[in-house]
Amino acid sequence: MKRETLWRIEETVMRVLMIGATALALGCLALILGAVVWKGLPAMNLAMITQCPQGGYYTGAGGGILNAILGSLYLAGGATLVALILGLPIALYLQVYAGRSGLIELVRLALDVLWGIPSVVYGAFGFSLMLLMGLRASLLGGVIALSLVELPIMCRAIEEVLKMVPFELTESAYALGTTRWEVAWKVVVRQALPGITSALLLAFGRGIGDAASVLFTAGYTDHLPTSPLRPVASLPLAVFFQLATPFPAVQQRAYASALVLTAIVLIISILSRLASTRLSRFVVK
Amino acid sequence: MIRHSARIRVRNLNVHYRSLHVLKDLSVDIPANQVTAVIGPSGCGKTTFLKSINRLIDLDEEARVSGEITVDGLPVLGSGVDVTEIRRRIGLLSQRPFPLPMSIYENVAFGPRIHGLSNGRSFDQLVEYYLRVAGLWEEVKERLDAPAAKLSIGQQQRLCLARGLAVEPEVLLCDEPTSSLDPLSAQHLESSLKDIKRDHTVVLVTHVLRQAERLADYVIFLYMGELVEHGPAWDIFNNPQKPRTQAYVAGEFS
Repeated sequence: MKRETLWRIEETVMRVLMIGATALALGCLALILGAVVWKGLPAMNLAMITQCPQGGYYTGAGGGILNAILGSLYLAGGATLVALILGLPIALYLQVYAGRSGLIELVRLALDVLWGIPSVVYGAFGFSLMLLMGLRASLLGGVIALSLVELPIMCRAIEEVLKMVPFELTESAYALGTTRWEVAWKVVVRQALPGITSALLLAFGRGIGDAASVLFTAGYTDHLPTSPLRPVASLPLAVFFQLATPFPAVQQRAYASALVLTAIVLIISILSRLASTRLSRFVVK
Repeated sequence: MIRHSARIRVRNLNVHYRSLHVLKDLSVDIPANQVTAVIGPSGCGKTTFLKSINRLIDLDEEARVSGEITVDGLPVLGSGVDVTEIRRRIGLLSQRPFPLPMSIYENVAFGPRIHGLSNGRSFDQLVEYYLRVAGLWEEVKERLDAPAAKLSIGQQQRLCLARGLAVEPEVLLCDEPTSSLDPLSAQHLESSLKDIKRDHTVVLVTHVLRQAERLADYVIFLYMGELVEHGPAWDIFNNPQKPRTQAYVAGEFS
């Protein structure tokens, strides 16, 4: 066979494989979204997102999941903030300050391992931590556990972004007589800002969708969150509890809750995209 | 003839990268308020030499530097030296311009914001002054708030020049500053460098012999990490003493 024909076959096979894989992944996503919308939409109404559960909610009577919506936003928002406050310095340290050494690689390995640990373990760990601190299931406890879940993602994602900052850029900043801190904070972070926004989104998305870590630590309640020391509801647990009931009407509302959760993630994604575009105005290529 | 005092004094400078001996026992005086060109084939240690003078070489963990460098009597090498102050006094214009990720205005104001303003000028005056020195003012005065990254490469390099001068260094190191520029921008930059030597000592690394001839008052020729010959530009180009210099200047290798 001619070499050109071989190349053409090779090209076609690879192309089909790549397109096939993409189609499969998108197809699965579309199916999941479709199922959530299909099953959840009939139960969607204004009361779902503006009211707390009324009496008899779990047997099919009125009310909504405002408690879980607000609770989830507080939990994931708080945890993302904590993870950013802790994660940004860690990433800056790994990327700007620490050179190459075995210890630093160990830190990276540790973060990767932490990333892979199932979140129920974080929940259990957070729970024993809370017992030690004399804390009960609460917003605070949930934020602590969830921030542990988000931290490795945040660190590694930011670090990957910082890695993309050209060495020559930091070099030319150093050449102006700046300290490491000034280079890290005023140059590297500014250059990486759009990417850091994406890291935030990644961590937030993981946080808001996680059920296992908040199960013991945040608890659940039918009321709106009022104090960091009181239990708080969350959307993943709302989905879980409602699905676990034997009533079809309530199960339908579980899908409506999942729809709300998906919508929140979608809105946050779009917002972060917009922010990222705005922030990349000054980025040096 | 005006006698220039030696602004940069280099004695027994040795640089190793791991087992590689990159600069071998360099000793030379670089005169003040002149353009000194460092020439030589690529890989001869020109950039390493520059980076030793402003201690940027510290960023490379594998580099080991020994010897003595003083700028106006002030020691540059050694652990007790305030590196940020050294780098403020010794500016750098690199091969490819890298503006900071901020506006044109903020790029120039960056250094003064960090080191503090001198002689009571406002930031606005300062930014205008240095953009004029770099020959960029007329092109950007209407859009100082625009991102620096939006400028053309040639404009970016002139912005980097303004940014570097704004911290008021005594020495300006230039590492093949025109190599990524179009001919017109290169010409622009060269004429700025000629003006700048009035107030600054300029050390210019270049692999373009013609450029060295156009700009340099003094020339240092490096070959494989060794200092082969140095002297006034006219002497080096018209009457080189060493056979290697003769061959290099004649264009027999590059």
